[in-house]
Amino acid sequence: MSEDYLLLEHGSGGRAAQRLIRDLFLPHFANPVLERMDDAAYLEAGPGALAMSTDGYTVDPVEFPGGDIGCLAVHGTVNDVSMLGARPLYLSCAFIMEEGLPLSLLERLARSMGKAARAAGVLIVTGDTKVVPRGAADKIFIVSTGIGRILAEPAPGGARAAVGDAVLVSGQVGEHGLTILTAREGIRGFAGLRSDCASLNHLVEALIREIGNIHVLRDPTRGGLATALGEIAVQSGTVCRVRERDVPVRAETAAACSLLGLDPLYLANEGKLICILPAAKAEAALTVLRRFPEGRAAACIGTIEAPGAGTRSGQTVLETAPGGRRLLPILEGEPLPRIC
Amino acid sequence: MQPIDPTFSDPELCRGLLDRIEDELDSPLRFMEVCGTHTTAIFRAGLPSLWSSRITHISGPGCPVCVTHSREIASCLELAGKDEVILASFGDLMRIPGPKGMSLGRARAKGADLRIIYSPLEALELAVQNPKRAVVFLGVGFETTAPATAVAICAARQAKLENFSVLCMHKLTPPALRALLREAEQEPVKEEDAPSNPVAPILDAFLLPGHVSTILGPEPFRFIADEYGKPGVIGGFEPTDILQSLLLMIRMRKKGRAKIVNQYSRAVDAKGNAKARALMDEVFTAADSLWRGLGLIPQSGLEIRAAYVDFDARERFSLDCSDPASALENPACKCGEVLRGRISPRECPLFAKVCVPERPAGPCMVSSEGSCAAFFRYQIDF
Repeated sequence: MSEDYLLLEHGSGGRAAQRLIRDLFLPHFANPVLERMDDAAYLEAGPGALAMSTDGYTVDPVEFPGGDIGCLAVHGTVNDVSMLGARPLYLSCAFIMEEGLPLSLLERLARSMGKAARAAGVLIVTGDTKVVPRGAADKIFIVSTGIGRILAEPAPGGARAAVGDAVLVSGQVGEHGLTILTAREGIRGFAGLRSDCASLNHLVEALIREIGNIHVLRDPTRGGLATALGEIAVQSGTVCRVRERDVPVRAETAAACSLLGLDPLYLANEGKLICILPAAKAEAALTVLRRFPEGRAAACIGTIEAPGAGTRSGQTVLETAPGGRRLLPILEGEPLPRIC
Repeated sequence: MQPIDPTFSDPELCRGLLDRIEDELDSPLRFMEVCGTHTTAIFRAGLPSLWSSRITHISGPGCPVCVTHSREIASCLELAGKDEVILASFGDLMRIPGPKGMSLGRARAKGADLRIIYSPLEALELAVQNPKRAVVFLGVGFETTAPATAVAICAARQAKLENFSVLCMHKLTPPALRALLREAEQEPVKEEDAPSNPVAPILDAFLLPGHVSTILGPEPFRFIADEYGKPGVIGGFEPTDILQSLLLMIRMRKKGRAKIVNQYSRAVDAKGNAKARALMDEVFTAADSLWRGLGLIPQSGLEIRAAYVDFDARERFSLDCSDPASALENPACKCGEVLRGRISPRECPLFAKVCVPERPAGPCMVSSEGSCAAFFRYQIDF
């Protein structure tokens, strides 16, 4: 393309807009459903229940170690659909872009989205582009919606966590949140941090097919592992007990968090899941998870218990490293570094 | 999650220390941990679930965010309202309520230019990058953060930066402890004031702040032992540090020999950090200061010396920080008594009902290092 920067006319719906879609987006998203270029996507539905999820992506910076807002808009929505035990099939994407955005950046983001979608095996079937005046949006916001087919009934859900279940996590936590925070705030000296963003649908499908009877799947994004576990305890009216020493955290993450006054259990993840299932199936589920690169560090971190012994339903109790017990509350506000 | 150095939270080692504490504890121990980082460390490690029920820890006034007075927040907000000003602040100041429930976080949402920074030197960079704006660094914290503010002011003078100033709200630890001890001595605790433990004294011993002591050394805390007869231990922040500090307190009390002992010798030098103190002394002088929950404490704050008045935001923007009446706090809030060790957070009528971390009524609920917030978050079965 000859233009270097996104102009307001790219959002006009006229020729410039068509050119942008045809030349910049379509080559990366190519699939027969999208290429019909009608007002809506024609989808084959087939029998059975569907899962649908939508999410807005506003991450700053838009490119960060390990990923960018483009692949994040695919991974995040694919994962949300997957957490219902569904196979994600189709995505829609709406782009709200700031005038002046370098087209080279937009091209990189589109390529990254296309690559992520192919890896996850989903089709981007419809979309929209808007260009807003400088300052009306911060570079680029993406809203993506995903539809998938439920693979097993009853579908996993937070309310299904049952007393005696094992709590698994698919890998080391805290990396995405820490990467974004340090990149955004320009905190230097933590080279080597990378976002964990990845689609987990293949891993979920293997769990559903090979293990079955998965009670809960949840991706611990904003608010981190602690908040996701707290939400599950509330939904199911149980107490979640977690062993601090068993929660996988990379040593670099733990060290950076310690310096900055952050807690990895509250930092966002974009390529991890919590899996809660009957304890008897925990070992087999771990074996399945560890077969995938994104599940290599999977671990059993706790159990679901009935309220009692000083705990109320909806609480998460942490067994601390020195052997004590305390509550692991859900996140309040933003995770901010302390001052002393 | 493995601790960074697992030895310091080794369950066996902790068990051994806990057993000795249990053996040697001759009567109930009420100790005050002065520093908010100790408060958090105690709760996060779940230590109250491990140690004897005869041990009570009282969280002192050592969370700098919590004790920042709403009058001071009012000054920050006044600055935030000025178009030419960029405020540079540490993150946890954002949520502290000022007058009429306004906070810096809300001011930012309404358009104030507020940047979260990690070091005062970043505020200097902001001033260089924005020559047409006035950058004001919000200087909060105790002796730990004050030297870095002093460095920034010296560097600003050297670089002849005219658009940089500091709103100095730094506070000093020893005068606050002296005020607490003096008050405790003057009014021995009455039964109705401390239903959780009707036996005086309010305080048996002090866990002294490890970070502050890296700057001050043990000397400024000696009066606690010499004048008030209370043992004090400068302690580290790992579970084994805290447990060993407790054991040292218990032994001193048993022998009737109150001293100030340095358990955190791997970080705290016997002389402290003379260079940092000299820098503080170059730029600041002690002044009376308002503490949220405690009120006015003589000579407990730092103000910028006349020689550096060009960098004093109070002077530059003619801020009036002297009128405490303009800052109303919830009259039912018992934070003052929590900070003085007279009651436990759960004994405050507002705790967990009106006063919760997302809507704090008082200072102790404000920061994650405040005693009420830590109690609310971490304590099982409150």
